Amino acid sequence: MSSDEIDYGRRRMLIAATTAMGGVGAAYVATPFILSMHPSARAQAAGAPVEVDISKLEPGQLLTVEWRGKPVWILRRDEEMLENSRSLEPLLRDPNSDELTQQPAYAKNEHRSINPEYMVMIGICTHLGCAPTFRPEVAPEDLGPEWKGGFFCPCHGSSYDLAGRVYAGVPAPTNLVVPPYHFTLSTRLVIGIDPEAA
Amino acid sequence: MSNRLSDRMLSLRDWVDARFPLMHLWEDHLTKYYAPKNLNFWYYFGSLAMLVLVIQVVTGIFLTMNYKPTAETAFASVEYIMRDVNWGWLIRYLHSTGASFFFIVVYLHMFRALLYGSYRGPRELLWVIGMGLFVVLMAEAFMGYLLPWGQMSFWGAQVIISLFGAIPYIGEDLALWIRGDYVVADATLNRFFAFHVIAAPLVLIGLVVLHIVALHSVGSNNPDGIEIKKNKGPNGVPVDGIPFHPYYTVKDMVGVAGFLFVFAAVVFYAPEMGGYALEKDNFTPADPLKTPEHIAPVWYFTPFYAILRAVPDKFIGVLAMGAAIAVLFLLPWLDRSPVKSIRQRGMVFKTALTIFVVSFISLAYLGTVAATPIATLFSRIFSALYFAFFLLMPIYSRWDKTKPVPERVTSK
Repeated sequence: MSSDEIDYGRRRMLIAATTAMGGVGAAYVATPFILSMHPSARAQAAGAPVEVDISKLEPGQLLTVEWRGKPVWILRRDEEMLENSRSLEPLLRDPNSDELTQQPAYAKNEHRSINPEYMVMIGICTHLGCAPTFRPEVAPEDLGPEWKGGFFCPCHGSSYDLAGRVYAGVPAPTNLVVPPYHFTLSTRLVIGIDPEAA
Repeated sequence: MSNRLSDRMLSLRDWVDARFPLMHLWEDHLTKYYAPKNLNFWYYFGSLAMLVLVIQVVTGIFLTMNYKPTAETAFASVEYIMRDVNWGWLIRYLHSTGASFFFIVVYLHMFRALLYGSYRGPRELLWVIGMGLFVVLMAEAFMGYLLPWGQMSFWGAQVIISLFGAIPYIGEDLALWIRGDYVVADATLNRFFAFHVIAAPLVLIGLVVLHIVALHSVGSNNPDGIEIKKNKGPNGVPVDGIPFHPYYTVKDMVGVAGFLFVFAAVVFYAPEMGGYALEKDNFTPADPLKTPEHIAPVWYFTPFYAILRAVPDKFIGVLAMGAAIAVLFLLPWLDRSPVKSIRQRGMVFKTALTIFVVSFISLAYLGTVAATPIATLFSRIFSALYFAFFLLMPIYSRWDKTKPVPERVTSK
């Protein structure tokens, strides 16, 4: 090949190789910037476990504590509340908690808790992240005669029973999330650590 | 004396011109840029959008001097601007009112394109760039609304970022990455501040430049939907065109004056716009443990929010909301009518456009009220009509009985 002829194949190959190498370089450079937007070490450390004394919690009373910046509810349920929840099962989308990511294995039961008396769950609606309101009363005027106590989200009207199980036909797709927790005493619990890890 | 001064000014101009295409730019974009001579009222809103952009940039710079973007200090620093900074209340109200007026102006600008078919060939790219501007503007407004760190700021951001969580598989991680924390928190506020004051405005200004470059290459459409470049006089100038400067610069100044009357009236007499521009709950500092009784986005997002709420399924709802915006990008290819302007279209398109406008305004209203069963029913009907306008367009726009396109622009 004489020196003044243009070798297009060679030119295309060089352009492709340069572009590919440049692209790899750009991806490497972009990585630290993208990763810098993940929760920082401090934000992750703020996810430290929270210890709560629940000895003063009365039956039917709800206690809200903050864990990882989120509201965590501790609800002491009496026998009537548990009974009411049980009767709601036909109206619920996932009464048996088959959606496994919504609770640890030790809370996959009908009351969705370690101890049936104490319900522990993250108070953030699984629809779009609002904080539902605690509505323990039976058949209030605004929620209708079918209501047997539960949680109602004012943003888009999702409702849950007193075990955080979502009703069928509401915007929220899944039950409320149960965080990892365990009891250190019968009236003291730690949110953020599983029982077997403690 | 004065002769010598003007000689000097001329030689200064020539000196610059030998080093920078000053006269070239001046002529290409102003004195020898020919716009159709029949542009009417609806053609004010492009230049007004640029005016509002300037207002937002200038007031934004001055707000940044006193605003403190941390969860601890943000709410108090906004109150500080409102009470203690000299003229701070005015600068802040200009900025918050400017945000609402940006959307008023842009929605009217887009409606103009619907009226006269300004999105049709050869202006498809011009429309797509404009839609890009609209999307970036929505992001800019959304991130700006978090900064005062009131209850609506916080819970609005919580809901909108949670929308990303609805995407299968990657959604939850994506939402976490956007927030930079497990809930909307200081990290979120800080990065939204960075995006709001630097990243998004840079993109916005870049897109405005592209929008104008594209516009000045294809030329303005007009109420008659005629391509004036197809009919040029012997001097190469479109016979239906007039120089942008001085004709349209002067016309646009009238628009600016009219706009500023209305704008100032709102800034001084109704800066909260009855709770639609600055929502009442936003005068309470953000509380991550308590959602306000009723949350609604600012009015300019409510049509899309109503579509989101109309769908009972979380993921499909998010998809529908995204589609409501995405479908606008496709408009140039959905419209199959032989004519562009409403002036030559028949009853079918006019009816469809009316239904669309009614649906859009109704959805905007429905997005502000609580989701009662009757409101949800109406949201569903109007969402269906909203999509029908676009998705059935390839059929009904061809059906329509159209009038012939005139040879020359009309002066009505």
